[in-house]
Amino acid sequence: MTEPTTTRQLRGVGIGLGVAQGPVARMSEPLPPPGDAPSELTADEESARVKEAVAAVARELEQRGTQAGGAAQDVLEAQAMMAEDPSLADEIGTRLAQGRTGEWAVFDAFASFRDQLTAMGGYLGERAADLDDVAQRVIAHLRGLPAPGVPDPGHPFVLVAKDLAPADTALLDLDKVLALVTTEGGPTSHTAILAREKSIVAVVGAVAATGLREGETVIVDAAAGVVTTDPTAEELERAENRASARAAAVSAPITDGALSDGTPVPLLANLGNPDGAADAVALGAEGVGLFRTEFLFLSSAQAPTVEQQREAYTKLLAAFPGKKVVVRVLDAGADKPLAFLNDAHEENPALGLRGIRALRASEDILREQLTALAEADAATAADLWVMAPMVATVEEAVYFTDLARDYGVKTAGVMVEVPSSALLADRILSYSDFASIGTNDLTQYTLAADRLLGSVASFQDPWHPAVLRLIREVGDAGRTNAKPVGICGEAAADPLLAVVLVGLGATSLSMAPTALADVRATLLQHSLDDARVIAEAALAADDAASARTAAQDAATR
Amino acid sequence: MPSISRTVRIGSAHGLHARPAKLFAQAAKDAGIPITVAKDSGSPVNAASILGVIALGVEQGDYVTLVADGDGAEAALDTLAELLTTDHDAEA
Repeated sequence: MTEPTTTRQLRGVGIGLGVAQGPVARMSEPLPPPGDAPSELTADEESARVKEAVAAVARELEQRGTQAGGAAQDVLEAQAMMAEDPSLADEIGTRLAQGRTGEWAVFDAFASFRDQLTAMGGYLGERAADLDDVAQRVIAHLRGLPAPGVPDPGHPFVLVAKDLAPADTALLDLDKVLALVTTEGGPTSHTAILAREKSIVAVVGAVAATGLREGETVIVDAAAGVVTTDPTAEELERAENRASARAAAVSAPITDGALSDGTPVPLLANLGNPDGAADAVALGAEGVGLFRTEFLFLSSAQAPTVEQQREAYTKLLAAFPGKKVVVRVLDAGADKPLAFLNDAHEENPALGLRGIRALRASEDILREQLTALAEADAATAADLWVMAPMVATVEEAVYFTDLARDYGVKTAGVMVEVPSSALLADRILSYSDFASIGTNDLTQYTLAADRLLGSVASFQDPWHPAVLRLIREVGDAGRTNAKPVGICGEAAADPLLAVVLVGLGATSLSMAPTALADVRATLLQHSLDDARVIAEAALAADDAASARTAAQDAATR
Repeated sequence: MPSISRTVRIGSAHGLHARPAKLFAQAAKDAGIPITVAKDSGSPVNAASILGVIALGVEQGDYVTLVADGDGAEAALDTLAELLTTDHDAEA
C-alpha cells in the first residue's frame, strides 16, 4: 500500500505546463571548509600545487565556456580569470609563506575577496557566488575530488538543487535533464528563466524537495506545481500519456491563437531586436506585441540618427507584411538609464524621470523616433502601432497620441504600467487607440516593491488579485470604448494566467516566442465563458498563491 | 621612463563589473606592463586583477584614473581608455 497521495506530493511553483518523470540526481553539496593545520610541505611545494590547481581550473572553465557560448561564456571566462587573478595569487602567497596548506590558503584568500564583494551588496554581492564556485573548484582539485556542482550520472535525470546559478546552467547537459526541481527560488529565478527559455519541465521553490533521495523516481508536474514521490504504476502511466499528448500538441500545426469557442486571441511576440523576427514567425507569432527600441540607443552616448533608426524599423516591419507590429518608443530610466536622456542621479529611479516623462523632457528624441517610424511604416506593408511607456496620466496619453498622429502614425496607444492609468483607462482609451498592459511594472508599482531588489522579490507576482483587478479595469475600459487591450510582459507567457487575462478583457497576448506553443494549446481548452469564470475565481482570492490555486481548480472543474 | 596617467569617465551601463570588468582586466594583462586603476582619489589596484577591478565598485559615470609604466604605456592607456568609455552591455 502506498501512502496517501497528499503526503507524496511536494508543492512548488510550476513553470509551464509540462510533465516528466525520472530518477532524481541531486546537485552535490558544497565541500566542508579545510582546516587550518600547518602544512607538512614547504611553502614552495604548496605554491607549486596551488599554481597547478588554479591553472587546471581556469583551463576547464574556459573550455566549458567555449562549449556553452553566448552570455554563459562571458561568465565562465570571468571565473577563469578570477582563478588566476594576480591579487588573489598575492594573498594566497602571503598565507603559504606563513606555513599554511594550499587548501586553507586558497579558501581563506577567496573568502577575503568574497567578504569585500558581499559587503558592497547588490549586483556585486551576487558575484560572490561566482567566486565561491571558483574556490570550491580549486579546493576540490587540490584534494583530488570531482568539482562540486552539476551531477552527471550517465543517464537522463531529474535535477534537484537549491537553485541554479548561471554558471551551473551553462554546464548543464540539457539533453540529459528530464526536469528541474528547486527548493529555493521563485518564478523569476535563474532556474525558472532557463526552464522557460529551453522549455524544460520545472517546479521551483518546492521546499520539501530537500528530502528527495538520489536515484528515487519522481513525477514532476509543472502544470499542477507538484512533485510526486513513490508514484504508482497508474500515476506513471498517466504522466507518460500526458507528456506524449503534450509533445504532440507542441508539434501540432501552428494555428492562430483562439479559444475553444473560436474567439480569436492573437498571439504576438515580444522582441528587442529586428534579428529575432524570423524565429518569432517560425514559432507562429501573428505579429509583434512589444518591440523594444532601447537596443538602438543603449550602445551610444548620443541618440542614433533618424536614418539609422529608419533602417532598423524597416528591417523589423518588413518581416511582418500585413501583420500588426506594436513598437514602444524609447523606455529609458530605472533599470536602463541612458546618459543623454537623464543623467541626474535619482534616489528612486523607478519613480523618477523615466519613460514618457524622460522623452517629454528631451522631445527632440521622441520627435526623431516618430519621424523614423512613420517613414519605415510608409516603406513597408506591416500594420504599425506605436505606444508610449510609463504613461501615468490622461494628459500624457493625450499628449503622446496627438504628437504621434501629427507625424502620421495611424494607431497610437499607451502602455498601462502605472496603477493611475489602469484606474483611468476609460478616460485614456477615449483618446488613445489602444492600451497594452506591462504586467511587470504594473506589479512593481501596485505592490510598491522594486522589481530589481531581491529582498522584495516575493511581491513581484502578477497573479496578485490587486494586479488582476487593475487589469480588469483596463479590460472593461477597452470593451466600453471598443478599443483593443493587449498584454505584454511575463504574465502572458504563463498559460493559465493567459486564460485569466483573456477572461479579464485582454484581446491579444504578447510574449517571448518560446512561450507561444504552450499558451496556444491552453487557450484552445477554454471558451470565453470558461475564461471569465476562471478569472472571477482568481479575482476573489486573497493573495497571489491562492489566486493561482483558485484558477487551477476552476480550470479543471 | 616616467609613468603616465589618464582619467576617464565610465561609459558602460553596468559600470565596471561583469563583462566590462573581464574585458578591461584581460586587456590590462595582455598589455604586459604594470598598470593600475583607481576610482576617484582612492588607492590604486592592479588593473590586470579582475577581482581588484570588480571590488572598486565602479558605476557608469564614475571617473577612474589609469597609471601605466614601461614600453608602450601610451598605447596601452589608449586601448584601456577606449574600453572604459564604450558601453559593452549594449549588445547584450
